[in-house]
Amino acid sequence: MNYSIQEILSYSFMQRALIVGIPVSLCAALLGVSLVLKRYSMIGDGLSHVGFGALALAAAMNLMPLQVAVPVVIVSAFFLLRISENSKIHGDGAIAIVSSSALAIGIVVTSLTGGLNTDMYSYLFGSILALSEKDVVLSLILCFIVLFLYIFLYNKIFSVTFDESFSLATGTNAKAYNMVIAILTALTVVLGMQIMGTLLISSLIIFPGLTAMRVFKSYKAVVISAAVQSVLCVITGLFVSFYAETATGATVVCINLVCFLVFSVIGGISKLGFWKNK
Amino acid sequence: MAILKCSDVTMSYEGVNVFEHLSFSINKGDYLCILGENGSGKSTLMKGILGLLKPTVGTIEYSDGLQQKQIGYLPQQSAIQRDFPASVYEVVLSGTLASRGLIPFYGKAEKALADKNLERLSISDLKHKCYRDLSGGQQQRVLLARALCATKTLLLLDEPVTGLDPVVSSDFYSIINEINKNDSITVIMVSHDVKTAIKNATHILHLENKTCYFGKTSDYIKSSAALQFMAV
Repeated sequence: MNYSIQEILSYSFMQRALIVGIPVSLCAALLGVSLVLKRYSMIGDGLSHVGFGALALAAAMNLMPLQVAVPVVIVSAFFLLRISENSKIHGDGAIAIVSSSALAIGIVVTSLTGGLNTDMYSYLFGSILALSEKDVVLSLILCFIVLFLYIFLYNKIFSVTFDESFSLATGTNAKAYNMVIAILTALTVVLGMQIMGTLLISSLIIFPGLTAMRVFKSYKAVVISAAVQSVLCVITGLFVSFYAETATGATVVCINLVCFLVFSVIGGISKLGFWKNK
Repeated sequence: MAILKCSDVTMSYEGVNVFEHLSFSINKGDYLCILGENGSGKSTLMKGILGLLKPTVGTIEYSDGLQQKQIGYLPQQSAIQRDFPASVYEVVLSGTLASRGLIPFYGKAEKALADKNLERLSISDLKHKCYRDLSGGQQQRVLLARALCATKTLLLLDEPVTGLDPVVSSDFYSIINEINKNDSITVIMVSHDVKTAIKNATHILHLENKTCYFGKTSDYIKSSAALQFMAV
């Protein structure tokens, strides 16, 4: 129980978890701000379930899990976005159908091919032990692509998120940017699933943005705060789960929840102060 | 010189023609009000002018060197914006984005333009305030400043005073008047408000039951369309 930080960091699984966890949480927080504001939070959830289905199929067919999951989830991001833009067929209902079906198919395939083994269990609930050397390299490359595109398109993403009609009217291809956001989210979800698990990855996307919005009042401040807080929560979560021997994904989510409550109280107090000054 | 010309335009919404054979053109400096009941095709025409919907028949053309991305547009507010955490400056600055093309970041010229438009609408003191904390009238001014960052020639407004109280509405109308007269920016406004339209606009386009009236405001007042509409 009495490990020093150096000792913990000397474990290679812990190193891998941090190397993947930090950039993934950063990407998730950045994209999450846009997704929450655009009311697309459900897409993240839907994508993670599709991701689980893809991983289960990959495992059943003895393929590399990420190589299968990444393209499948990107394609479903495309369709889920179409579904939620087309309100006529009840976007949220359709997403719920797609995500629960994908999860169900994944579980059926798993039980047909040997039952819920450790690998599948860790895809569901997340595990820091599940990361292989290859996963780490691929995760890092994809995270850098997501980060680079996000920073490069930051202003356009703001404009499209704030007001899609204005962007469209002034000649910005808002639909294309929505697609970019969905694809980047798909990548982030697949990468994050390994640590956080299918059932909890969407919280990594939704919590930091919502938490930051309790307190901060400009888009830039919200984005920066969400990013910093997300990374800190993941690092804290990894260490706490190591010491307390709790599931990593769930620990990270609980720490995010604590942050959210603290920020809500701070936001509430500052609002009260604002009214008193008036 | 006409800057916008609609020739024999028919547009449809979900397969039904909302208006047919509409022809009109507006010149630089005109102030056009588009009037009509709900469902008369005002929004559809607006989308046509903005290039978001194609007419089923006819053409809508810009001329005089005006391009799509040089239009200033003030859309109706969406639910998303009401609780959006963004500073006023961030919103106004985003109006200059279209002129930047593929360059991802703002330059000095864009920041100066944003400051100038904040000044022009006397909302410089709100620059660092949060958009969602503003009153309805202030929010409309912010969106107008953003639209002015995007254009020097043509401003399109979609029912801009919806939900504003009468005093704030009349303030907003006088700002639009000023912009139209002093900066000779062409204004196209979709509106429900016949009285203000007649008072301010130089031209009226009235859409109703697939027929349309287009003409100078002074002629419109005498037309049967106006009499019917005002009687309601």
